[in-house]
Amino acid sequence: MASVETTRPETNVAIGPGLQQFRKNRLGMLGAALVTLITAIAIFAPLMIMHDPVRIMVGPRLADPSLHYLLGTDQLGRDTFSRIIMGSRIPLLVAFVSLGSSLAVGLVLGLIAGFGPRWLDNLLVLFFDTIRSFPGIIFALAMVALLGPSLASVILVIAITSMPIYARVVRTQTEALRSSEYVAAERSMGAGTTRILAVHVLPNVIGPLLILVSMDVPAVIAVEAGLSFLGMGVRPPTPDWGAILNDGFNYIDKAPWLVIAGGIPIVLATLGFTFLGEALREIFDPKLRKDL
Amino acid sequence: MWLYLLKRLALAIAIIAIAVTLLFLMIRAVPGDPAAILLGPRATPEMKAQLHHQMGLDKPLVVQITTFFGGLLRGDLGFDVFGQKPVADIVFEQLPYTIELVLFSIFWAVVVAVPLGCYSAMRRNSLVDQVVGVVAVATLAIPSFVMAVYALLFFAVTLRWLPAIGAGDGFWDGLVHLILPGFAIGIGWVGYISRLVRASMLEVLGENHIRMARAFGISEWRIVARYAMPLAILPTVTILGVGIAWLLSSAVFIEVVFARPGIGALIVNAVTARNYPVVMGAVLVTTILIVAATTLSDLINAFLDPRTREKL
Repeated sequence: MASVETTRPETNVAIGPGLQQFRKNRLGMLGAALVTLITAIAIFAPLMIMHDPVRIMVGPRLADPSLHYLLGTDQLGRDTFSRIIMGSRIPLLVAFVSLGSSLAVGLVLGLIAGFGPRWLDNLLVLFFDTIRSFPGIIFALAMVALLGPSLASVILVIAITSMPIYARVVRTQTEALRSSEYVAAERSMGAGTTRILAVHVLPNVIGPLLILVSMDVPAVIAVEAGLSFLGMGVRPPTPDWGAILNDGFNYIDKAPWLVIAGGIPIVLATLGFTFLGEALREIFDPKLRKDL
Repeated sequence: MWLYLLKRLALAIAIIAIAVTLLFLMIRAVPGDPAAILLGPRATPEMKAQLHHQMGLDKPLVVQITTFFGGLLRGDLGFDVFGQKPVADIVFEQLPYTIELVLFSIFWAVVVAVPLGCYSAMRRNSLVDQVVGVVAVATLAIPSFVMAVYALLFFAVTLRWLPAIGAGDGFWDGLVHLILPGFAIGIGWVGYISRLVRASMLEVLGENHIRMARAFGISEWRIVARYAMPLAILPTVTILGVGIAWLLSSAVFIEVVFARPGIGALIVNAVTARNYPVVMGAVLVTTILIVAATTLSDLINAFLDPRTREKL
């Protein structure tokens, strides 16, 4: 838990050469392609489905895949293909909302900890470390038990548990910048704290932070799908990959394709975002994770 | 070192105390009366009052927290009104299954990953190295429960080679029942540890004492095994301490998928039944385990690398 402070005054990321490097990274390109595909599916989902994804008995129960039902049907006779397509929306929504709010809160708390008085810094770091000591999914389950299973609980839990890492990175970087010479120079010219934070600290902090967030997307997708798999996430009949996997799991000996169809999108989404995030990190900030 | 040890222990105790208080307040902050939820809609006011008294809910909040902390120090985690048993008994009945699963998973992962990482470092950028690199990232990314469901489908349902559910009886049966769950948890760790070992091995292999050994004409394998390995393995040792949170989280899913007893399955069942005392006790025990493990790995780190001691 003791953080390794490294002094990294400036990470002026050059976008042009970075992009060229990215094109050479085959896994990164594969990841980008997968992410684009999944995002496109999520956006255009209503145009792609063949049946109403929540309507019961559009076909026979647990039907085999056929031209009419591309991936067969589930135990309630719902079309699995349509449910998979529509199910792409929940994980992306959860990732976007939870990581977005976590980023905002983490940024503010990190700046306060890094630039504020010493006692406040200590207090905040203790708070971050406490939240980090809660066991991820187990803490999420406890929260869901209290708040009741719903999409909002899932988003809240993910936002709370991912915040401390962002805050700590911001804090470490802010502290390094705070004692740098050009900030001292700026201050001697009469710049206020707000100006220093907004003009000098923020631009240096936001890049690495965004890469960190992009690397957390696959984990969020996994947690969301996992909670839905346990029946603690989205409520039925909302289509969701984790929920489909759970439906399939209950009929694993009768209708194995349901489980196969439910798992593959989760695998593709986590792989796509991981490859993309890894490539971004390698190119723009190779030693980012060591700051944690 | 002694000062660091004391500071680090104090921090660990502070974290646990805050975590307990937070958990406690969270449970009390829930809208709705826990007793009413437990008893269901047809409960009479007398029944509720009696249960309130049993659960200690009729006392002021400060008294409740102090009582809870006092109990905690004596190893008392409260009482499960549903099962009519102390929560500690329930939790410690299930804990060994989870520990057995986690240890088995990490054991096979280390046994496979360390040689793999060494080989990747020795034949850097070879085909094997590149394939291992891609597979490592991929296995890390795939959620353990998807891996578990697919492993179950393939090896237990389709091929019928391995048992699908339960923990088995006796040593051998238990071991056979550990294979699939252990595979699902460990496979991601193989990727992670092999990359870690590769990176630190590359670092160590560039150092002077290794070049010296090479100059003496000692074989490359002997250099790796005898001189580089002890140094290169250190990051793995420390990462395992931090990794226990991750391991316990995977164990939750794996225990549900394979219908294994364990603390994960216990928590899921308690959450479903809204059995708050059990949820609280089980979450607490896992939190304490995790804080203990991270503290221990920090201490090992500080012992091995004096620079980290100044950072607290």
